[in-house]
Amino acid sequence: MTSQAFPFSAIVGQEEMKQALTLTAIDPTIGGVLVFGDRGTGKSTAVRSLAALLPQIAAVRGCPYNCRFDAPNPACPHCQQHPPEREETRATPVIDLPLGATEDRVVGALDLERALTRGEKAFEPGLLARAHRGFLYIDEVNLLEDHLVDLLLDVAASGENVVEREGLSVRHPAKFVIVGSGNPEEGELRPQLLDRFGLSVEVASPDNIKERIEVIRRRDAYERDTAAFMKKWRAADTRHRKKIIAARALIDTVETPDAVLEKTAELCIALGADGLRGELTLMRAARARAAFAGHGEVTLEDLRAVAALALRHRLRRDPLDEAGSTTRVARVVEQVLPE
Amino acid sequence: MTAPAPIPPRNWPRIPAEDWAAALLAVDPGLGGICLTSRAGPLRENWLAAALALGTRGHARVPVGAGEDRLFGGLDLAATLASGRPVIASGLVEEVGTGTLVVPMAERLAPGIAARLGQAWDKGAGFAVIALNEATEDEPAPPRALLDRLAFYVTPEARAQRDSAAPLSAFTAEDIAGAMARLPDVSVPDALGEALVAAAARLGIGSARAALLALAATRAVAALRGHESAAQEDAELATALVLAPRATRLPDQEEDPVDPERSPPPDDTPPPEDAAEPPTREDTTPPEDLLLAAARAAIPPDMLAQLAARGALARRSGANAAGAGEDQKGSARGRPAGTRRGDPRSGARLDLVATLRTAAPWQPLRRKMAGVEDRVLVTPEDFRVRQYKQKREKVVIFVVDASGSAAMTRLAETKGAIELMLAEAYVRREQVALIAFRGTGAELLLPPTRSLVQAKRRLSGLPGGGGTPLSAGLGAALQLADQVRRRGQTPHLAVMTDGRANVSRDGAPGRAAAQEEAVATARAIRFAGIAALLIDTAPRPQQAAKDMASALGALYLPMPRVDAQALSSTLRAALNPTQGAA
Repeated sequence: MTSQAFPFSAIVGQEEMKQALTLTAIDPTIGGVLVFGDRGTGKSTAVRSLAALLPQIAAVRGCPYNCRFDAPNPACPHCQQHPPEREETRATPVIDLPLGATEDRVVGALDLERALTRGEKAFEPGLLARAHRGFLYIDEVNLLEDHLVDLLLDVAASGENVVEREGLSVRHPAKFVIVGSGNPEEGELRPQLLDRFGLSVEVASPDNIKERIEVIRRRDAYERDTAAFMKKWRAADTRHRKKIIAARALIDTVETPDAVLEKTAELCIALGADGLRGELTLMRAARARAAFAGHGEVTLEDLRAVAALALRHRLRRDPLDEAGSTTRVARVVEQVLPE
Repeated sequence: MTAPAPIPPRNWPRIPAEDWAAALLAVDPGLGGICLTSRAGPLRENWLAAALALGTRGHARVPVGAGEDRLFGGLDLAATLASGRPVIASGLVEEVGTGTLVVPMAERLAPGIAARLGQAWDKGAGFAVIALNEATEDEPAPPRALLDRLAFYVTPEARAQRDSAAPLSAFTAEDIAGAMARLPDVSVPDALGEALVAAAARLGIGSARAALLALAATRAVAALRGHESAAQEDAELATALVLAPRATRLPDQEEDPVDPERSPPPDDTPPPEDAAEPPTREDTTPPEDLLLAAARAAIPPDMLAQLAARGALARRSGANAAGAGEDQKGSARGRPAGTRRGDPRSGARLDLVATLRTAAPWQPLRRKMAGVEDRVLVTPEDFRVRQYKQKREKVVIFVVDASGSAAMTRLAETKGAIELMLAEAYVRREQVALIAFRGTGAELLLPPTRSLVQAKRRLSGLPGGGGTPLSAGLGAALQLADQVRRRGQTPHLAVMTDGRANVSRDGAPGRAAAQEEAVATARAIRFAGIAALLIDTAPRPQQAAKDMASALGALYLPMPRVDAQALSSTLRAALNPTQGAA
């Protein structure tokens, strides 16, 4: 047992999940990933390994809100009081939101220590502040208390956390990407929350015995000698991270031809996916995929590859349709984008 | 702990499953733990004491109903007040370290807490869990987030009382210490590891954790038995202990699924022993098949039949547990809806932290005024009390007549209505359950759930036809409604029948007696104050159904041609006005 996350590159199979996490690491505006599947299929393993893939960010030294040095937030409670002096690089935050977290811990609250000892009214930033410019990971997202879900939705929509309580009045930027995982058998997710996730993945255990054996073999090796296992896979993880950094640099120059845009719209209309969010996400995901491959232009192949990821959770539910949403997307992709 | 002593030859097969589980867990806490299904009593306590005595890393018992603070730590208020700065108390999980957490009444454990335990494991906490499950067959099992990470599920068979001071049957502290010393060097041949994974797949076990745990258990068995390299028989025992209780289907084999010769003889000692020493073995049999044979032998005969009949879903570790997560969460205690200023003496719960927060900014001033230095001064206007929102969740229990020729359509449309309702359930916070009655009895086909996925899975291929045991159906509904109430949810019955019973509860045919019994059960439901709705499914409205509705105190709705859309919207309309009253 160890606290070092399992290396991303050592995850066997689960290509779709790996692709979704990679795409959102390249372009966080895609808007996060929802991973749904049975227990023991490696959902949280994959998400926890994401941190190692993310490039570092530059921020104002000492600022708990991860403010940019060149453009600190004018409303930042820290930078208002302590003018930014120096810049530092830090890891992109991947913050765990534990299920039992209280509202205080999530949004921040009165700093008890300073209040009790010095009688000062000071704000103690919560998890949302720490997740700014990074990722917020919610395991068992479907078991999260409703009032926390409401709160997250509100902050995720506005990109700003507003705290008005205990005589405090604080607002600070909180732009983060939500990554969630859960088991659909234990409860469904409200559509409002579903819609916040850019991509969604359904994972299952591999049905091929060879793959399953490999899963067990690697996991076992990792648990028995973590250090050696990490060393073995470090190079592969580094390569993957470099590819992500290269894709980030490239993505702004990737062209999206009109033909691809048309097909994007056509797909969304054919599927009856609500709102424009689906189209935007689909396009961004396709572009990130092209950038990851080092291409200068989005192709229909990119679109085909990410359609299910970007759309399956946006379909209107049809409980009488026995086919799952993955099948429905596949059907439509087949029609709109025949190979 | 140093030189591995040779293990004296011993009668390994006579050791019951729960003792193997305890010993293996002591050897390797990485196995997660044990879920012991048993009633409370001296037998269980003795086993527990013996099991804990084998472990060398200490233990702690989780108080029933312990909050997250107690388990995972939180603000220590007494110390905080005394020192004037926040003092964080450690939780049980931290205190127990790599020891064993005993979770009594595990079936009542909140899924949120189970999930956090899982997260603690994921982050490298090295504790083990012994979960004591007292749920009976038809009650929800412990949360799946917990079960999935425990290697062993055991149900001890009744047997002579154990002496609490005696060590576990065959194992001594030296055995355990020796095995712990040997464990790091035990290897598992590749072929054996692969056979374990293949066996898990063929038993319909999706979770990769199960196979990993079986692999770890194989290693621990080998260490206990003094094998340097795990042998086939070690893997067989691990299969019987870890994989068999998780099986959701029988491996496809040509032979009869319920093979009496392979099932353990009922009067003999518990199953896994057969697994440890299969009667004969041909060297040509692939290891995977031997493991499957071991798994089969370890699955109790009644469950074999059940698995064979259903071809899906083992009750013990399957969807039941998933439903449990939903149920326990519920809104039984209402969800916290913030705090407000108020007087804690009027029965409200004081929110200490919020109270302190309110008092905090005033401390310098108050201290100056009161002339004290080292005390926190709290005045009544600082008091904050917790507010809970008592939004009660509704559980709609469908009680469907699955007898006679029209059963199939009726069931199919009910299934459609259930799915429609569940598709909207996230908005309305409803759960749905289905009881069908036919032939000689009633069956709970869908335990209360909010999950569309689960409903779909469980409602595929419903059986129909036979006599009409209306009273059995109503009886089952009353029982379920009772359970639902105890969880703090509000039951609503939707009974679909023509009101004409012809089978009594004991299975005896006869219209008059059956009818009388059904009316009596209906009255019991009415006296219990359970809201009900009777949908008359006969081609023409029936007097019998009207009478039944009045016995139930139910709203009567004739619906000669049931269809899913109409049914769900009618129910919606009929049930919603009562919402406020719930």
